[in-house]
Amino acid sequence: MTTITLPAYGGEQHVSQLRVIRSEWTKLRSLPSTIWCLLATAVLVIGVGLAYAGLRAARPPADPSTFDSAAISLAGVQLAQFAIGVLGVLFITGEYATGSIRVSLAAVPGRLQMLWGKAVVLGATAVALCVPAVLASFVAGQSILSAQHLDTGLGAPGVVRAVLGSALLLTAVGLLGLGLGALLRNTAGGISALFGLLFAPQLVLGLVPESVSDSAYRYLPAPAGAAVSSVHQDPLALGPWTGFGLFCLYTAVVLGLAAWQLRRRDA
Amino acid sequence: MIEARSLTKRYGDKLAVDGLTFTVRPGMVTGFLGPNGAGKSTTMRMILGLDAPTSGAVLVNGKPYRAHAAPLREVGALLEARSVHPGRSAYQHLLALARTSGIRRSRVDEIIEAVGLSGVARRRAGRFSLGMGQRLGIATALLGDPRTVILDEPLNGLDTEGIRWVRALLQSLAAEGRTVFVSSHLMNEMALTAQHLIVIGKGRLIADTGVAEFVRSRGRSVVRVRTTHPDALAARLSGPDVAVTVDRGAALTVSGLTTDQIGTAAGAAGITLLELTAQQASLEEAFIDLTRDAVEYRANTVGASS
Repeated sequence: MTTITLPAYGGEQHVSQLRVIRSEWTKLRSLPSTIWCLLATAVLVIGVGLAYAGLRAARPPADPSTFDSAAISLAGVQLAQFAIGVLGVLFITGEYATGSIRVSLAAVPGRLQMLWGKAVVLGATAVALCVPAVLASFVAGQSILSAQHLDTGLGAPGVVRAVLGSALLLTAVGLLGLGLGALLRNTAGGISALFGLLFAPQLVLGLVPESVSDSAYRYLPAPAGAAVSSVHQDPLALGPWTGFGLFCLYTAVVLGLAAWQLRRRDA
Repeated sequence: MIEARSLTKRYGDKLAVDGLTFTVRPGMVTGFLGPNGAGKSTTMRMILGLDAPTSGAVLVNGKPYRAHAAPLREVGALLEARSVHPGRSAYQHLLALARTSGIRRSRVDEIIEAVGLSGVARRRAGRFSLGMGQRLGIATALLGDPRTVILDEPLNGLDTEGIRWVRALLQSLAAEGRTVFVSSHLMNEMALTAQHLIVIGKGRLIADTGVAEFVRSRGRSVVRVRTTHPDALAARLSGPDVAVTVDRGAALTVSGLTTDQIGTAAGAAGITLLELTAQQASLEEAFIDLTRDAVEYRANTVGASS
């Protein structure tokens, strides 16, 4: 019988959080589906923002004083939430669907390091992608609107906060998707839960008396998160950072539940 | 070294693994044998800390798997052929795995070369044939140069050359002093591959024995005889445990006698022998008998207790 020798490897091989983060970064960038989700996010932010700006420049408002120029440029953020949220879901459910989760968890038996690694990589990638995307959308959109003298600048009150806040909101939605995917371990379930969490509470609230719904509305995930992304405040909404903080709290609760399940359940 | 002590796993009403106690020792290939659904994969998942035992415990190289700081150095595993994201290339799959433990990039290239996937490593794993998928799974298992290797049905889907390659690889790994634990539902595969056998049926331990021992005790040997006078010889070979069948073409199949005894009997009767060959009865049959016993035993105990 022929003998086969496996080449020996003498290097040190301890698992660390930093190494797991590098591993997750390799995973994220080596899948075409994640690249497509990231591209879709950027295209939606910039494309919808520019299209909307072009549309409003062609049909200027009768009363420019009530015109929210920043909101026009950030119109794509709403849609882009779903692209980045789906990426968050897929980033973990893709591993469950293919069975590769077992390889991942056998390599990182502590398990939580894997979830935190994914969160760090997804969060950093989302910020790195979304900040330039919303800035590009804003700057290009305002230059289109400036033809009709409808533009605003980053120096105007609340504008920088709304622009950067939009990028942070997108990042948080991505992390919420990751948490839901990790909790449910199923792509369809994760995406449904994400859409449900962002849409369904408002629908349910429409069924209760207005006195109740007006006071509860601000605490729902989507309205709370949206507060940070608009210059003009909705009177029913929480303050921008309070609202965003609440959205982050919801995300943290979902990620926390996912972490607890990940430790407890069989892979 | 793998040490399972009263290892038990219950899924709802079903006992998938039922009080397994065994030790897998380094320096040889240990076959983990049982019919499909016997609990082999569940046991392997528990060894790797992927599934938690309902009761009992299993240690790998002296510790629970989760307690190892350098898990890829301790255990390399192949669990099911498709444990790779089909959209990712083999290279990126291995690189992501390597990074969790700080394994160098050059090691990834080295292991791809060793399993013979150099030509296709940059292709998406989803396009791999079953055999290529198994090679990638083996590369995944061997990446960290592990002391213990656990492979779940590594011969599935391999062609003859692939099977011979895996056998040679397993022998070499064992010869280097590693613990090699390989599951299969086919006895014949394991008879050629392993030195030691752990046989389970319905989650219970049926046999923990050397392969040679198993063959001796379980494989009934028969002797094939060709002669010019088959009927005359058959008449002289009677006895309490002796069974003789006359096949077409003047050949006899004799069980219960050795070649020496048959040759002596033929000589005494002046019958010319054309062929006298000892043959091993099918190990597969012995294995099926063995596991069928276990299944019946289980069925009886259930019947008795209810």
